Amino acid sequence: MTIEAMTPNGERMTLNMGPHHPATHGVLRIVVESDGEVVATCTPDHGYLHRSIEKIGECIDWPLFVPYTDRVDYVCAMNANLAYCLAVEQLLATDAASAVKVPLRGECIRVLVAELNRISSHLVAVGAMAMDVGAYTPFLHAIAQRELVNDIFEKLCGQRLTYNYVTIGGVAFDLYAQASEEITRFLDQFEREMVRFNKLITTSTIFRDRCASVAPVSAAEAIAWGLVGPNLRGSGVDWDLRRDESYGLYGQLAVRVPVGQCFAGRHGKVGDCFDRYVVRLLEIQESVRLCRETLKLLPPPAVKANDPTGGYQADVSRQLKKPPKGEVHCRTEAPRGEMGYFLVSDGTKVPYRVRCRTGSFSAAGIFHKVMRGIFLADVVTVIGSFDIVVPEIDR
Amino acid sequence: MSALAPAGIAAKVTTAFADVQAKTTDNGQPFLLVPAAALPAVARFVRDDATLRFDAVMDLTGYDALKYPSTPSSDAIVVVYLLFSYQHRHKLTLKVLAPRSECAVPTMSGIWPAAIYFEREVWDLLGVHFSGHPSLRRIMCPEDWVGHALRKDYRYPDDYHGVLHLRDGQHFESSPPRGAVPVAVPPVAAPPGAVPPAGGAA
Repeated sequence: MTIEAMTPNGERMTLNMGPHHPATHGVLRIVVESDGEVVATCTPDHGYLHRSIEKIGECIDWPLFVPYTDRVDYVCAMNANLAYCLAVEQLLATDAASAVKVPLRGECIRVLVAELNRISSHLVAVGAMAMDVGAYTPFLHAIAQRELVNDIFEKLCGQRLTYNYVTIGGVAFDLYAQASEEITRFLDQFEREMVRFNKLITTSTIFRDRCASVAPVSAAEAIAWGLVGPNLRGSGVDWDLRRDESYGLYGQLAVRVPVGQCFAGRHGKVGDCFDRYVVRLLEIQESVRLCRETLKLLPPPAVKANDPTGGYQADVSRQLKKPPKGEVHCRTEAPRGEMGYFLVSDGTKVPYRVRCRTGSFSAAGIFHKVMRGIFLADVVTVIGSFDIVVPEIDR
Repeated sequence: MSALAPAGIAAKVTTAFADVQAKTTDNGQPFLLVPAAALPAVARFVRDDATLRFDAVMDLTGYDALKYPSTPSSDAIVVVYLLFSYQHRHKLTLKVLAPRSECAVPTMSGIWPAAIYFEREVWDLLGVHFSGHPSLRRIMCPEDWVGHALRKDYRYPDDYHGVLHLRDGQHFESSPPRGAVPVAVPPVAAPPGAVPPAGGAA
């Protein structure tokens, strides 16, 4: 359907969505110009959550930036911590004298918390997307499960949202006693709960038809527009950094990667909103499996924190006072896709440049293209399906 | 699918373009230094060449080389293009120097549409003007913000529309205390045509 077909007299209405709109997942303002019920142009307006995090990075010591990475994306703060810490470790590894080896137990804990946080982040994504299109109950089920993950993290590091847990060289604390049992118990009940969740919303014909064929993004478009993570895989691109550029423990875990394949059936298209939604659900399942696998690999704790097997934190204080000069680019798979850090070091204890590339930023960049020609009511579906987290765009 | 080593990619590009130089950073990371004028042709070449096929921009960013001028040696703004090929699964780093006096680089938004947003951010925070960009507006800071915050000679403003940023007696490290002799700050003027009216492509 073309815009011209809908509006014989060509009148347009400008609609301001946000910055305080429940469906924009933060303070994002979208100026929509509509032709009747059809979106003619869509102009996202960013910057309401800009906290100059990259500038702060140039003013404080290397390890002190970790708490700020929590605020880059507070829905998956563990993954955000991990992305920065891996980048710094990669910078240190460019000089053999300063290279750091994270203890095996530390690596296991990192994967464990990253995957648990991926579960909770995707729960927010799918729950909020269902809520955006009008189904409120699934959101409550998703949030209830996320609370259980937060409980585990609270016992682990004292925080429920901004953890500051993964550190350069390992993690801040060892797992608490009975952590493995509690995580296993959570995963067991979580899998049963997800069956209920899928019965409630994923298999619902109304929800599926509401998302089918809305804003499809082809594989070539997704690559050219810089989509990453579940949004890229939803378009059918078989690419996951955990498997294809594996870091940490992921090389030993044989990550299985779900891709979009027109899950909505004959009414859908590859790369539509429903594909992006289902890919996230499948990734949750995979994360559950990865958590179980990691618990099997977890070595028993050692007395010394920097023990190469049973420790959790390598000693890095000496290296961080004088890291190698130069630069490094390191990318990791966060729940919203590739989180890439580009670091420039001038050899001092303060970074020269900290650049954080996030998945939501490029997802917001494609909005004005995919929104054109869709129905006004689908705008919130599209925002939900791309899983935008605004602090990650504005930083 | 056949990934090329960085040296192979560099050899291919430098033979096609004589003015592109293959270099390494202080810690041995390879990159290609591209003159700004040659950038559109180089970018089109690395995207379309069958053995290179850099179809994606991992990141497009930059930094100010003023206080760390070693890689490459200059006080210019360095614009960094981190490219990736989903087909061949290899990477390439391009660097372009944008001199402080005339800070302009051709846009890549026609080659990789992902660059539309990335270039807006580099313009906002580093003040590099991307000529030919469809809508080069600030993205993080307000449209009337003065200066580009990630430049190393950036001076924090004392106030924004009359709202003071600091309490009495406080001062930013980079600027003298209020009431001291004001330092003349050269305005970082946008080149003509830098700010097209809002609307249109985002």
